[in-house]
Amino acid sequence: MTELTKEMFERASEEQRNAEKIRRPSIKYWPDVWRRLKQNKLAMVGLVLIILITVMAIAGPMISGYTYYEQDYSNINVKPNSDFWFGTDELGRDLFTRTWYGARYSLLIGILAAAIDFTVGILYGGIAGVSSRRVDSIMMRIAEVIYSIPYLLVVILMSVVFSSQGSGTSLFVIILAMTITDWVPMAILVRGQVLQLKEAEYSLASESLGADQGWILRKHIIPNTLGPILVNVTLTIPRAIFAEATLGFLGLGLQAPKSSLGSLANDGLAGMAVGLTYQIIFPALLISLIMFSFNVLGDGLRDALDPRLRK
Amino acid sequence: MENILDVKNLQVSFKTFFGEVEAVRDISFTVGKKETVAIVGESGCGKSVTASSIMQLLPMPPAFYKGGQILFKGEDIVKKTEREMQHIRGSKISMVFQDPMTSLNPTMKIGRQIVEGLMKHQHLSKKEANKKAIEMLKLVSVPQPEKRVNQYPHEFSGGMRQRVMIALAMVSNPELLIADEPTTALDVTVQAQILDLMKELQDKLNMSIILITHDLGVVADMSDKVIVMYAGQIVEQGTVNDIFKNPMHPYTIKLLASVPRLNMKRDESLNYIEGTPPDLYIPPKGCAFFDRCDHAMKVCKDYMPDPEYHSKEHYSRCWLNHPLAKDVRREGSVR
Amino acid sequence: MKKYLLKRFVMSIITLWAIVTITFFLMHAIPGNPFAKEGKMPPVVYENLQKKYGLDKPLYQQYLIYLGNLVRGDFGESMKSRVETVNDMIERGFPVSARLGAQALVFALIFGPALGAMAALYQNKMPDYISMIVAIIGISVPSFVMGTFLIQFVAKNVSFLPIGGWGEFKHTILPSFALGLMPLATMARLMRSSMLEVLNQDYIKTAKSKGLTKFAVIMKHAVRNAILPVVSVLGITISNLLVGSFVIEKIFGIPGLGMFFVKSIGNRDYTLIMGTTVFYALILVLMLLLVDITYMLVDPRIRLTEEGH
Repeated sequence: MTELTKEMFERASEEQRNAEKIRRPSIKYWPDVWRRLKQNKLAMVGLVLIILITVMAIAGPMISGYTYYEQDYSNINVKPNSDFWFGTDELGRDLFTRTWYGARYSLLIGILAAAIDFTVGILYGGIAGVSSRRVDSIMMRIAEVIYSIPYLLVVILMSVVFSSQGSGTSLFVIILAMTITDWVPMAILVRGQVLQLKEAEYSLASESLGADQGWILRKHIIPNTLGPILVNVTLTIPRAIFAEATLGFLGLGLQAPKSSLGSLANDGLAGMAVGLTYQIIFPALLISLIMFSFNVLGDGLRDALDPRLRK
Repeated sequence: MENILDVKNLQVSFKTFFGEVEAVRDISFTVGKKETVAIVGESGCGKSVTASSIMQLLPMPPAFYKGGQILFKGEDIVKKTEREMQHIRGSKISMVFQDPMTSLNPTMKIGRQIVEGLMKHQHLSKKEANKKAIEMLKLVSVPQPEKRVNQYPHEFSGGMRQRVMIALAMVSNPELLIADEPTTALDVTVQAQILDLMKELQDKLNMSIILITHDLGVVADMSDKVIVMYAGQIVEQGTVNDIFKNPMHPYTIKLLASVPRLNMKRDESLNYIEGTPPDLYIPPKGCAFFDRCDHAMKVCKDYMPDPEYHSKEHYSRCWLNHPLAKDVRREGSVR
Repeated sequence: MKKYLLKRFVMSIITLWAIVTITFFLMHAIPGNPFAKEGKMPPVVYENLQKKYGLDKPLYQQYLIYLGNLVRGDFGESMKSRVETVNDMIERGFPVSARLGAQALVFALIFGPALGAMAALYQNKMPDYISMIVAIIGISVPSFVMGTFLIQFVAKNVSFLPIGGWGEFKHTILPSFALGLMPLATMARLMRSSMLEVLNQDYIKTAKSKGLTKFAVIMKHAVRNAILPVVSVLGITISNLLVGSFVIEKIFGIPGLGMFFVKSIGNRDYTLIMGTTVFYALILVLMLLLVDITYMLVDPRIRLTEEGH
């Protein structure tokens, strides 16, 4: 140790003392969420795949030079080659175009369904959350009853009812069917958040510390509510896509020549039976990829939004 | 007095995303037989980490022993394997945790939880175990023990649960009990009961206690020796009398002043210590209390003082003890 | 507890009634006449058919009659099959579907939570990655994709595994696997996160402080508590299995209830659609009730709060 001198035992000035107050770098919520999301390689793979698939769903049907409905009887059941990258089906339609065209519908359905679930769920859950205990309890009972009806059963029933024989199901009906019970988890989630936040100790604490309502909303309520909702939305999309694909696979999808990934897989199943495996592989692979991407992104988001998991 | 525990230069750190957090920075103390040692300090001062490290209960990683020894009856706990620790935990050293509401398994019957450790150590039959559980509940004065053993934690109040926790810790007659803030989560009236119970059991069972707390009222009641920790270091240590009658470190003095007193005047406000303890991921070079101390000197910023003994068992680590600090001492009239 | 059970039971009945009602009116809201598509038929035959299915009566009467029949366990006649009633078809198809569903559920229940627990215990290590890869495949690959791939790449190459059909145990292996994979994955993920949470609880520290072995801490304290959320989603899992079986039965050509259902959709056999839907709902509501009771038995806290203490 160095020599101790008399001066060293003089009082320290205020500045010297304040200079010592080094704090851990404070971390803002959203940038931190993004930082953690970026660290999650799987989630990033999902995000990149979603972007790629979306781009291809928009551009894909245009770049092959074939349309999704054009039938070419001289090129029936052609295996993938340089002309037909994914091959053709039994009517000689280009499967590359049809697959991306189907992806377009699948994504559209997923996103629309999520948007509707989101809107209905927030409205219903929000109203239940702020209503009197009695109204809230009745609303939640109703939601519970609706939710205990098996999702896909309703979807199937709806598409049976609202489409006449052999004509396929319209996009509107498919989305209606998708969302008719699936808004419930969102509503329950939102209601829970609203109730929790109504009582939350930390917003009470802020209030007693003199924070105004807007500040409470911005700093506490929105970050805490938005996280779980965002995750729920991300996970609703693959659920809707999956339901639609199942519908298509059961022959209840969009009317031909329109296609979704599910109906393409259904067509491909017939092809597979006669040895034309490529007809099912591409749509099946693509739908799995879409499901994978949204699921890992949703998971990553959930982990990133939970500061308790901060490492 | 024979020492049952001898902690020497213990250093415990955590690896985090931002770097290493030095939670315990070179502390040494001893616990004698039948002695009660209190470790006091604000939250985050390293007292709970110290307690857990004696049982090797810290999650490793991220925690790790960076240096030093924890000698329990001459054997170094730092070097013990997990398997060896299993023979020490619950049988020779036991622990009572802060929050009785979360420290008991919600899906297991109380009786079972009490004797579970014993059944492992002593191979009891079911009937004997049940008898023992009832006996333990009687010992900690839980009414209707025969009925209570078959209940679940949520059927107990906070105070009753803490009694159960104590029964659970006592069941195999440990030589050392570590009580980590045993009364913090409880009502004031219940606090006193729990402390009395611990004292009573200590006399009956001849054990030593390490009492971790931030409540100096609890300390005065129970302990023989007091260790004051700040930012992972021991800043003052002495007997209860030393600490309460003759505190030497400015932090101890402030800590004592912040205890609410019954004879306080109506308009007198509670004293509290301004500021917050430093973050230990960049531990200060000098005295960690520097920025909150009323008597901070230039030397404090960069140098940590060595312990200065005021009596055989009483020391503090403060530059004010240095002969050169006479003037500051006088003008500030610390003591 | 009795009060709670009663309440739960009443809720189940209401749910069931709601499903029946919705299904009934939906089916009768279908524009056109179920027999219109059958080509020209003599008016007498048409009248007779109308009478046979009660379609000549006002809608509310039809509804009440249908409800009355249901209470007596009569699902009505099939509109397309002249030999079998809906009850016959359910009797024929349900045991097959039930076996398939039960096997898939057992498969998922054995491996799902185990994988999830392993993943949590070895967080960010090899077992974690492996089980999470399995889980991600499980939730990303729809059962119809999994089913077709199993047929294409497994059944065609492994001689003792048949491509489809029903009868012996070997017929059930691939379909059970394809059907059970998604619930398995869901359970594994749920178990993993709930296990990670439980492992951070104070009572785990308490258990360790008793000197228990790691194994005992995990089995008796961690798993016991971590499995609760998994039990609570069993209802939804069973519901998913039910619907998943439509697809799987179609792919593997299994003569179960799902196959009848899919066929009835294909040829617009309204009474059969209605009957199977209601029957599915009944099974599901029963299962949900069962799951609730199970949950009550495994979580002592629920038992008590519902008793009103």
